[in-house]
Amino acid sequence: MGQYGWSLPVAASSYAGKIDFGIWLIHAAMLGIFVLWGAFFVYLLVKFRARPGHRAEREDHADTPAHISVPDSISKFPFAQILYKNKGELKSLIPDMVIMTFEVALIVFYAIPVWSSIKMSVPETADPIRLEIVSEQFGWSVHYAGPDGKLGKRKMPLVHFSNPIGLDLADPASADDIVMGNELRLPVDRTAVIDLLSKDVIHSFFVPEFRIKQDAVPGLSIPIWVTPTKVGKYEITCAQLCGFAHSLMRGDVYVQTQEEFDAWYQSRLAQIPAAATASNPAEEF
Amino acid sequence: MSHDEHGQHAHHELSFWERYVFSVDHKVIGLQYLITSFIFLLVGFALMGLMRWQLAWPGTPIPFFGALFPSDLAPNGVMSGEFYNSLGAMHGTIMVFLGVVPLAVGAYGNYVLPLQIGAPDMAFPRMNMMSYWTYLPGGILMLASFLMPGGAAQSGWTSYPPLSIINPGQTVWLLSMVILITSSLLGAINFLVTTINMRAPGMSLWRMPIFVWAQFVSSVLLLLAFPPLEAASILQLMDRVFHTSFYMPKDILILGQAYAGSGGGQPLLWQHLFWFLAHPEVYVLVLPPMGIVAEIIANNTRKPLHGYKTMVFSMIAIGVMSFMVWAHHMFISGMSASLSNFFLVTTMIISVPSVALMTCLVFSLKGGSIRFNLPMLYALAFIPLFAIGGLTGLPLGLTVTDIYLHDTYYVIGHFHFVVVSGSIIALMGGTYYWFPKWYGRKMNDTLGHIHFWGSVITMCGIFAPMLFMGMGGASRRLYDPTAQLHNLPVQGWNVVATYSAYALALFQIPFIYNFFNSMWRGEKTVENPWQATTLEWACPSPPPHGNFEKTPTVYRGPYEYSVPGRKDDFWMQSDKN
Amino acid sequence: MSQTYDPAAIMNNPDTHSGVTNAKLGVWLFLASEIMLFATLFTSYIVLRMASTSWPWGWDVLNVPLATVNTVVLIGSSMTIVMAYARAYDKDKGGFQKWMAATILLSLAFLVIKGFEYGPKFAAGIGPHTSVFYAIYFTMTGLHAIHIVGGIAVNAGLLYMSTVDGHWKNPLFLGRVEGAGLYWHFVDIVWIFLFPALYLL
Repeated sequence: MGQYGWSLPVAASSYAGKIDFGIWLIHAAMLGIFVLWGAFFVYLLVKFRARPGHRAEREDHADTPAHISVPDSISKFPFAQILYKNKGELKSLIPDMVIMTFEVALIVFYAIPVWSSIKMSVPETADPIRLEIVSEQFGWSVHYAGPDGKLGKRKMPLVHFSNPIGLDLADPASADDIVMGNELRLPVDRTAVIDLLSKDVIHSFFVPEFRIKQDAVPGLSIPIWVTPTKVGKYEITCAQLCGFAHSLMRGDVYVQTQEEFDAWYQSRLAQIPAAATASNPAEEF
Repeated sequence: MSHDEHGQHAHHELSFWERYVFSVDHKVIGLQYLITSFIFLLVGFALMGLMRWQLAWPGTPIPFFGALFPSDLAPNGVMSGEFYNSLGAMHGTIMVFLGVVPLAVGAYGNYVLPLQIGAPDMAFPRMNMMSYWTYLPGGILMLASFLMPGGAAQSGWTSYPPLSIINPGQTVWLLSMVILITSSLLGAINFLVTTINMRAPGMSLWRMPIFVWAQFVSSVLLLLAFPPLEAASILQLMDRVFHTSFYMPKDILILGQAYAGSGGGQPLLWQHLFWFLAHPEVYVLVLPPMGIVAEIIANNTRKPLHGYKTMVFSMIAIGVMSFMVWAHHMFISGMSASLSNFFLVTTMIISVPSVALMTCLVFSLKGGSIRFNLPMLYALAFIPLFAIGGLTGLPLGLTVTDIYLHDTYYVIGHFHFVVVSGSIIALMGGTYYWFPKWYGRKMNDTLGHIHFWGSVITMCGIFAPMLFMGMGGASRRLYDPTAQLHNLPVQGWNVVATYSAYALALFQIPFIYNFFNSMWRGEKTVENPWQATTLEWACPSPPPHGNFEKTPTVYRGPYEYSVPGRKDDFWMQSDKN
Repeated sequence: MSQTYDPAAIMNNPDTHSGVTNAKLGVWLFLASEIMLFATLFTSYIVLRMASTSWPWGWDVLNVPLATVNTVVLIGSSMTIVMAYARAYDKDKGGFQKWMAATILLSLAFLVIKGFEYGPKFAAGIGPHTSVFYAIYFTMTGLHAIHIVGGIAVNAGLLYMSTVDGHWKNPLFLGRVEGAGLYWHFVDIVWIFLFPALYLL
């Protein structure tokens, strides 16, 4: 429980730190903007409150710029007329320019590069672990390849409560596959490449500690990846409304050392009866 | 089409029905919209009150009201998951489509816009009446869907398929949406034609008050953004009624059974079409209230707005850009990740005119002589609260940070700060501001202050905790947040939010009482109690049918306050000298 | 209270009036929203077609000759409504009624031919549920047919109004005919996009 609190949960993936950096940077900027504007706002309210003998002062209004003459020193510049005569209005755009500069910097140096690295490409690693996560109302099935390293084929008509992902046992690659219900185990510091699928409606795979979130759309297979960096027990939740038991659609994530993971993997393999169904996770519904 | 009709109406006595129910007078229609949409806001609020109970104390029976619900919705008074989802979907739908938009556009637009441009009525008075009389049945149909077998729609106000195709209640939701869209389209066409063609002599475009500009831009958005949702709704209706597969892929399961339809559809298509409407819709929720705030600020600082033209251009820019940002709601929806970068950039671009608008509002205070009357308090509260809403949009609009914050309570906090403590606060301020015009009487000041401070503080008490919960990773739309471990530490915030929500409900009582009491017993006022400059204050309160004794002529811009050399500190648009 | 609103005075002021009558402006704006409606359907059509693995060719599954006839019929009705407007402009009541009646007859013919197109499909058990292609085909042509029905109602209304002196002599009558004509041309143009998109491409 110590990993959860009133703020961001513990950061347990390779890119969690990058996302957190953005969140904290933007919140610091937001706070700065809000405090500065707030102080200015209160100052204006106090300074210009109505009181006897005080009359409002008009600014140079844009409606009557004709009488304003542009100084010679700047009249050569393009748009000098328009810019100078409307300088009162243009001044109000200065905060805008500051914020825009900040935003452009965010986009160019932060958002696009980091987004590309998280969502648009999978890091080149020697030995990623590949698996499938199939979501349904209301649970997650995690599909690991067997020792042959191949994920068996799935066929929707084969879906049965004893075969939640419709594993096609006629496919030799399926026989040694492991399917877990609402339980994801990953070795630490090793990239997992996950194909995210849905059997029925749209779900969203969200592990707060990994800072990973991706909708699972029926009909699409969406690749995601994560490299866990901290051993521990985390939580999968569904972030997209998927029906009456949406809030019960959760699972556990165990990030283990490679040795622990291997031991668990072998123990699961040992449970697979020869030429029988792959697995039978207890379904919640 | 309309001009000869005015002539007829001016001459014969109107019956009760013609005067108050099937009236073609924009003022009566405006007030009809006002009362109806306030009632819908209350209904939407009541639904939320039930949900908040479940969120704060999941699984406990709802006190008092729990026993009233049939046992399939709330067995033993404990809300069921289906009922919770229905309440959620209906809360959003009612608040957006039946509450805030009709209030901002239907009520204020109808009543104030023709007066501010010096028109005797809307361009199409009968179409105006039709627009109200399609809105009301559409709204009643939406509410009646609770009584249907299976209950009301339960797929969120966004109605993402395939869930919305599977869930009960959605058909009525779609039908009702088509009716409401028709009503909005009729209204939008009417506002546009009125603004373009019905202005009094001298009321050139650059002399129109900001509020008129805001309504104008909003109407364009409604006109062009609603038809795509109408088309999308028709497709979804086809999927539900005629079993087509526009949004249904092949090889999926429906309640454990293989889907019988042909398949081949695209679930994401709906999301694109929906958000193509819904993002411009957000600006329809925001621009008219901003217009109201600008009116009130100009009036109570006793000086012209800072950057009137900047504000107008900003609104137009927002209007144009709002059609190009829709997919920032879809960064993690499974659409192409490179498309996200495009929408990231457009989203940051649209923040530029939004910031310009806010800057102009704040700078307008500078040099003023600020009167802190009731409408002004609301307008001033709008600025920082809306700013919180706008600023919290930043991490959501940025692709990377949105990965974590998307679909969490942070989103809920963000848009409630924008729409509730932004738009609704401004709209309430508008009520206090224009009430003297509607009824010739003022609303009570003390009750108004209680309402103001109570509402502002409790609103923050509801929505600020949502931001904290979202940072903790709490997903939205959870029937039982305590079912997930990472929500447990922030569950206390849910309790705070619930208490605040109930307090907010209590603080609306003075407002309701004040409104109806002041209608008959309020202090009588003069034609122009705020000493304002715009045309709506140049006609009697309440204005008679046809509004102006004599068509006004406009001689100057809308906010000529404190003109040097003049005795009065305001110079009305219609005063020649 | 006195009614002092003078539309003529306001209309002549380019500062505060577009110079287009309210009714015509209203129709144009309505058409703008209609364009968005059909544009959305066309976009959906493109998206669904791009994403699908197989898409039938119109020639193979639809009755292209009938649709071609329908195209001619609809273009013909667009011409007759222009003639009706021209007759109304010249205050020729008989001519207006003749051309308007022809417009209505042609549009009814369009619906009947459409019925001959739909009929065998339904008889063969083909409906919107059959495939995404048929779904979009029936939705778009059906919605278009509903627009035709609406147009017939408006045109028939105008035909009836022309028999009532009070309406025929009303200076606004011509504007109403023009509005109906604009709408009718729009319905025609939608078909001109629908026809190649669904039947030919």
